[in-house]
Amino acid sequence: MILHTINKSPQHSAISACLRIIGKGSAILLIEDGVYAAISPSPFHNQLCDLKIYALEADIKARGLSDKVLPGIETVDYQGFVALTAQYDSVQSWF
Amino acid sequence: MIFSLAIYGAPYASQAPDTAYQFANAVIASGHKIHRIFFYMDGVQNATKLASPPQDEADIPARWSRFILDHQIDAVVCIAAALRRGVINEEEANRYDKPSSNLAEGFTLSGLGQLVEAGIESDRLVTFGY
Repeated sequence: MILHTINKSPQHSAISACLRIIGKGSAILLIEDGVYAAISPSPFHNQLCDLKIYALEADIKARGLSDKVLPGIETVDYQGFVALTAQYDSVQSWF
Repeated sequence: MIFSLAIYGAPYASQAPDTAYQFANAVIASGHKIHRIFFYMDGVQNATKLASPPQDEADIPARWSRFILDHQIDAVVCIAAALRRGVINEEEANRYDKPSSNLAEGFTLSGLGQLVEAGIESDRLVTFGY
């Protein structure tokens, strides 16, 4: 199972490329500008609902998005980020 | 668990060096080990000792140098990426007849093979793209 990190906003092709190939049981961690995919309304809302999605809390706060995060998305701190990389078999970074 | 990090982004141009720095600290705080940090592409700019940002801003290159020395981490800068961007150690400065060098303490110039080796030797290789 792979942890996919995405650091670009949904405007960029990173998230759509990731969603095309992501496998069952794998998860996405949104970081940096990637957290813009975690808010409502998100162009990827429907696809994200079927997946386990995490988002980096510091990057959400830095962008003032704390009260806009979609339900079902779990926020993590940097130690949570480390724990996720350890929990999944490998990490694939999309940028 | 043994981690290695690959950093592709330059300080002040990309958030990658900052995310990677916070992640690296969290790796240590979580009781894991860092085998190597590999600076590649524009990420080589993290290894300059001549950056002089304003005092109220984070000195990202100096912060890496301190972290690397404090935790005795192998920090490798891709030599091909570094030389073409003007990140150079004394030995290479002499070889190419340059007037000075700027590679900060703690960093080593080496080849891309070190990134491959880091992938083999570590349980996790985490890339921080630009």
